[in-house]
Amino acid sequence: MRVTEKDVTYVADLANLELTADERVGMVRDLNSILGHIDMLNEIDTSSVEPMSQVSERYGVDAAKHGSERFAHAYREDVPEGLRKSLSQESALANAPDADEAFFRVPKVIER
Amino acid sequence: MPSSTIESVRSAVQQRQTTAFAFAEDHYRRIQKEDEQIGAYLTLCRERAMEQADRIDRLAAEGKPLPALAGVPVALKDVMSTRGVRTTAGSKILDNYIPPYDCTAVARLEAAGAVLLGKTNCDEFAMGSSNENSAFRPVRNPRDLTRVPGGSSGGSAAAVAADMAVAALGSDTGGSIRQPASFCGVVGLMPTYGRVSRYGLIAFASSLDHIGPLTKTVKDAAIILRTIAGRDPMDSTSADVPVPDYVAELDRPMRGLKLGMAKEYFAEGLDDQVRQAVEAAINKLEEAGCEIVPVSLPHTRYAVPVYYLIATAEASSNLARYDGVRYGHRAAGVKSLSEMYRRTRDEGFGAEVKRRIMLGTYALSAGYYDAYYLKAQKVRTLLTRDFEEAFRKVDAIVTPTSPTAAFRLGEKSDDPLAMYLADIYTVTADLAGIPGISIPCGETKEKLPIGLQILGKHFDEATILRVAHAYEQITQSVS
Repeated sequence: MRVTEKDVTYVADLANLELTADERVGMVRDLNSILGHIDMLNEIDTSSVEPMSQVSERYGVDAAKHGSERFAHAYREDVPEGLRKSLSQESALANAPDADEAFFRVPKVIER
Repeated sequence: MPSSTIESVRSAVQQRQTTAFAFAEDHYRRIQKEDEQIGAYLTLCRERAMEQADRIDRLAAEGKPLPALAGVPVALKDVMSTRGVRTTAGSKILDNYIPPYDCTAVARLEAAGAVLLGKTNCDEFAMGSSNENSAFRPVRNPRDLTRVPGGSSGGSAAAVAADMAVAALGSDTGGSIRQPASFCGVVGLMPTYGRVSRYGLIAFASSLDHIGPLTKTVKDAAIILRTIAGRDPMDSTSADVPVPDYVAELDRPMRGLKLGMAKEYFAEGLDDQVRQAVEAAINKLEEAGCEIVPVSLPHTRYAVPVYYLIATAEASSNLARYDGVRYGHRAAGVKSLSEMYRRTRDEGFGAEVKRRIMLGTYALSAGYYDAYYLKAQKVRTLLTRDFEEAFRKVDAIVTPTSPTAAFRLGEKSDDPLAMYLADIYTVTADLAGIPGISIPCGETKEKLPIGLQILGKHFDEATILRVAHAYEQITQSVS
């Protein structure tokens, strides 16, 4: 078994989750089952294979170009409200669980 | 046979045989009557629908030519943002969320005259293959209420199958349009990655997410794709590639088209009845003049592990935004900011979403990044090369959509791995970014629909639509 309850607690912390004791037990079981299946990827030698992070790498881009130049088609003018009008403050705050007229309100940030 | 299609609605409204208003009313009546047991809809937007129907009816009364989707009652998967209409992504964490803007695909449908009936149920954040992961209620398959409709666009598929919408939009990250289409006996099209803007789609896995139509006919799928496709400056991954007239392309002859058949999609785990139906469908296509060519996609068996690493890694990042600050649920009675984040997410997310956030965070964490996430990205290259190789020899590839017909509610819900393995034939196209369509190709002995999947080259939706349309014509003229 590679994933222990200690790992689950550590990863939950990274993910801003807490999980109940029961959930942690289930998570240890499920992650080990899934990672056991994922192990089959080790059958393949990928030492000379480039990783693929975006589909657009596979089409439409000019192979002679490099880095961000390859995605120059996605550039746009950097002007205020260039693509659409910004949301009004009222509209941006409308879904907030807690807000005043100008800001989102949250519990105290600095703990002591 | 479909009761009403996009063209039948538009032309009836245009010729004033009936009104868009009456069509919408008729659909709402059916929803009222049927949906309590099916559960396809989460939210109805009657006011917005009726205003649009009125607008269309006024145009028709003035004798003006109506746009392509005029008066057509459409359902939207609840992962698409709709201005002023609650959008939950099937999650408690967005239970009360009202978007301030419209998803581009939604805006384009409405601009083409569609009447938006409401938002459909789905697996939470589109994570699931059965719709049992909806935080609100599971959807039931209209063809057999003891069975799942598939997922994650199960509500959209069920709404179309039960005549509670003429067409619907869904989203596909690992098969979530095609698999429910297959389970419910409707048409489901996933376009090429970048063909349709993702602006306003609630993100699950950004390099894999696609919006596409679920419809009663292939022609309707072509009409909707033509309407929603094309570059959108609001999504920098939307491609600047010309959009052909998919409808005009449908009737081009099929003779001489080469269709690939990959043995990896007919291997162990494929249900016998599904195999027979799909093979019979492929025979019909051969009789219609297509050449069937064996192809090999040797990395297919690695697709599910690759998918569940990449999709969960991207999801763990995308879902970090649900923290109780700007929108959605916030835990009550918390004393500090960090406690608020944790308790909000603990209370707001369901079990499958937590599982995927955990797996994705693990795969990205220090010490495991190379072994899991990077490894998966490399195998993704190999899977994509498999398709590129195959498409040098063939114009499209034909496979089953799912290894089985619709399974029973509860059958796989305790075993996440078994559920993931059901995605085996669909995740490959999402990873490679190629388009795929599922169309009905018969039934099992239990009268459950079976789906034929047709996969195409990047940006060549026209060919898979043409093959699908030809198959539909053949089978309809026989029956």
